[in-house]
Amino acid sequence: MAFSPDLTLTRPPVPDTSATEKTLLTAVGLGLLALLTVAFDADAGRARLSFWVGLLLLSSGTLGWAWYKFGRTPAGVQHDNMWLRGSTSRGAVAWLTAVVLTGFYVVLYWFSNNDGQGNFGPLNQLVHALDPASLALRQRPSDQWFLYGTFYTLAILVMGGRALWKYRHSPYQRIRTVSVMLFQLGFAFLLPGLLLAFQKPEYYFSYFWPLKYDYLFPGTVSYLLKDGGPALGVFMVFWGAVMSLVATPVLTYFFGKRWYCSWVCGCGGLAETAGDPYRHLSDKSRTAWRWEVRIIYPILALIVLLTALLWLGASGVAPALQPITEPLSKFYGFAIGSVFSGVIGVGFYPLMGSRVWCRFGCPMAAYLGLLQKHFSRFRISTNGGQCISCGNCSNVCEMGIDVKQYAQRGEPIIRASCVGCGLCSTACPRGVLNLENGPREGRYQSSQLIHADSLRILS
Amino acid sequence: MHLVIIGNGITGVSCALTVRRLQPEARITLVSDETPHHYSRTALMYVYMGHLRPQDIKPYADWFWPENRLELVYATATALDTDRKALSLSNGQHLSYDKLLLATGSVSRTYGWPGQELVGVQGLYSLPDLEQMHRHTHGIARAVVVGGGLIGIELAEMLHSRGIAVTMLVRDDRYWGSVLPAAEAALVDQQLREHHIDVRYGTGLAEILGTDGHVRAVRTSHGEEIECQWVGLATGVTPNLDLAASCATLEIDRGILVDDYLQTSAPDVYAAGDCAQHRQPAAGEVPIEQLWYTGRMQGETVAHTLCGQPTRYRRGPWFNSAKFFHLEYQTYGRVPAEPEPGESSCYWQHPNGRHALRITFRPAQNNAVTGVNAMGIRQCHEVWEAWLRAETPVQQVLGQLGKANFDPEFFRRHEPDMLRSFKQQLVAAYT
Repeated sequence: MAFSPDLTLTRPPVPDTSATEKTLLTAVGLGLLALLTVAFDADAGRARLSFWVGLLLLSSGTLGWAWYKFGRTPAGVQHDNMWLRGSTSRGAVAWLTAVVLTGFYVVLYWFSNNDGQGNFGPLNQLVHALDPASLALRQRPSDQWFLYGTFYTLAILVMGGRALWKYRHSPYQRIRTVSVMLFQLGFAFLLPGLLLAFQKPEYYFSYFWPLKYDYLFPGTVSYLLKDGGPALGVFMVFWGAVMSLVATPVLTYFFGKRWYCSWVCGCGGLAETAGDPYRHLSDKSRTAWRWEVRIIYPILALIVLLTALLWLGASGVAPALQPITEPLSKFYGFAIGSVFSGVIGVGFYPLMGSRVWCRFGCPMAAYLGLLQKHFSRFRISTNGGQCISCGNCSNVCEMGIDVKQYAQRGEPIIRASCVGCGLCSTACPRGVLNLENGPREGRYQSSQLIHADSLRILS
Repeated sequence: MHLVIIGNGITGVSCALTVRRLQPEARITLVSDETPHHYSRTALMYVYMGHLRPQDIKPYADWFWPENRLELVYATATALDTDRKALSLSNGQHLSYDKLLLATGSVSRTYGWPGQELVGVQGLYSLPDLEQMHRHTHGIARAVVVGGGLIGIELAEMLHSRGIAVTMLVRDDRYWGSVLPAAEAALVDQQLREHHIDVRYGTGLAEILGTDGHVRAVRTSHGEEIECQWVGLATGVTPNLDLAASCATLEIDRGILVDDYLQTSAPDVYAAGDCAQHRQPAAGEVPIEQLWYTGRMQGETVAHTLCGQPTRYRRGPWFNSAKFFHLEYQTYGRVPAEPEPGESSCYWQHPNGRHALRITFRPAQNNAVTGVNAMGIRQCHEVWEAWLRAETPVQQVLGQLGKANFDPEFFRRHEPDMLRSFKQQLVAAYT
């Protein structure tokens, strides 16, 4: 028998792509092409037309394709062939997608700044195609960040539509998906734009320190107080401080970190929608977990330290801190704020899964994780002895938690990194996993229906 | 102590882990010719469907075995000498043991159909089986699955995921007729229809027809010929006795005969899991249990005996689960397929056919609850276990039914509908 002992099987053919699916994917491709031509089109009117036609084709093609893939078949877990298709298993298409996404971020961050005369580098025509929309919303011309925000929001809305089709059998997934779509659209796109229209600071009410690290920097606080005016500015500072320091611990105590990471946060929103086809690519190994701990907590420590030093400097207690804080701020902004959260965080979706940033880099996730692990009622309960160790839960965990290690031992899953997306529970074929906000007493209690073994499985 | 375990399935591995916990210094060797590492047999279907990769169905990472000093031998145990306490392996190695556990599992059962040796005809039990299925279903258009049980519907779902048209031959007049009551079976039938599986109830396999050694078609018990390029035989499994049958000191029947302590007729030789046949099963229990769960429990139990804590195998209330395409199924206690004297049941079903609950009880024994079938509703194992052990009256169970609900947040709670329906049924039965 040609059976290979290392458990490898040759790839079988993926079912043929039907003519309808090809047509819908062609629309997506044409949409991308139309957007690409915008960048090279000197005629502003034609570029604008291409831009909107491109977005329309891209959005309708993606939504139509999502309906075709998931909407016509009976509702339920639909993961067929996800490790067999190259696009979702690090094949050529995935690498191409990763290169394009990464390239876009590099151009956006470092080559698309306004040159002072309203030119935005390679993205110039794309930026200006949004001028009318930007004027309508923000009362000012578009810039590269408005372009980015528009793409980002559209990605969450369109791929959110896909997630709604795909997971329509689960009310938890439906409500959660609508939540991230609305928070992105309302709090991270429309509201900041309207604030600008009213000459107020562009403030994101759904991002908090230490993710939006400068919101508790003395410089930002004084700017908000000045430009926001006595009422709104004070409210913004108050909101930022209360959300970071009071609401976050309280909400995490009751609901776990999911209240933020998979219900509100924009990074999480993109991961749960646009990143959903890649969620299974996260590394579940013990080695990956060790790297996670080694990287994410130092980043949290770094931003806490930086914030403390900045306040120390601003308070006048230690006036000579600027030579330390300035390069540190610059380094943090470049390495963590841009490279990690953007270029790697999203660019590497098709290769490393959708939560690379959230898992290895986000200081907010680290902070929420510590609270979730030690001061929360949240846990994922396992259902007695029903686990069959099939591994579907671990597979769909975008945070790389090897969920089955707990489930097969009848233990509740209490992990700092769990964002509570609920996909393990959704994908479990035997009804074993359930996200619960129970009492803290007995939170770690294992099921008596599986004999506990004291083997070091995850140490 | 040197413990040698033949078989690295859930039974053998559960035993090894438990022995390691009870006797940290024991030497433990697992011998298997199926795979170098333990994998989850129940997850084979997900590999075929592309939900998982082959390496994803290993319950423990490869570093786990050396770190816990569990020696893995990838070879066939070819001969057993229980007097000298020695094993011969296919790689020429010899192993001596102090204690031996036979956890050799099952092999697919066939009924000597004409043509069952043709290429493209097989069962699905092991990873090598999956590999074979994977090769022989490559690019085919049509398959026939024989058997209306758990593996039968798994095969149908697997083939369906690759766009292969499936005909299912089910001997009974409904799906899994030996286990599921008619109402529950109808819900599974709805799933089969929605996924365009061509099910033929009351139909058996008469003959498999081939050309050039490859399957070409099957002939059903009704004489109909159905063209196909692959045939899946899902008509159950039977204990794997390859090693045991060659050993004269081991008493075997259909399986390796064991007592309450899972001990065989030979000293220091035990058998557990699918391959073991209990000499005296408890009332209402089967002598051979072939479940993932029972394998795990037997493995844990025999480990205690092996470590000097003689422990009888007491399974406790029955439980099982499955998923029929998109319909989840959990059961606790015993729900008979046909009504039994002295036992009543109440049944509720959602109009959409995706949720149902049946509770059985004994009116003459203070309405003690005896079992539950849950379809498309998750039920909490601990709660049901407690109710069943305490023989809780059904009225009390119904009053607290919400406690057993294990559905995720925001799912519609059906308990009020169920209660209304159950009350009507109970009132109708007693007036």
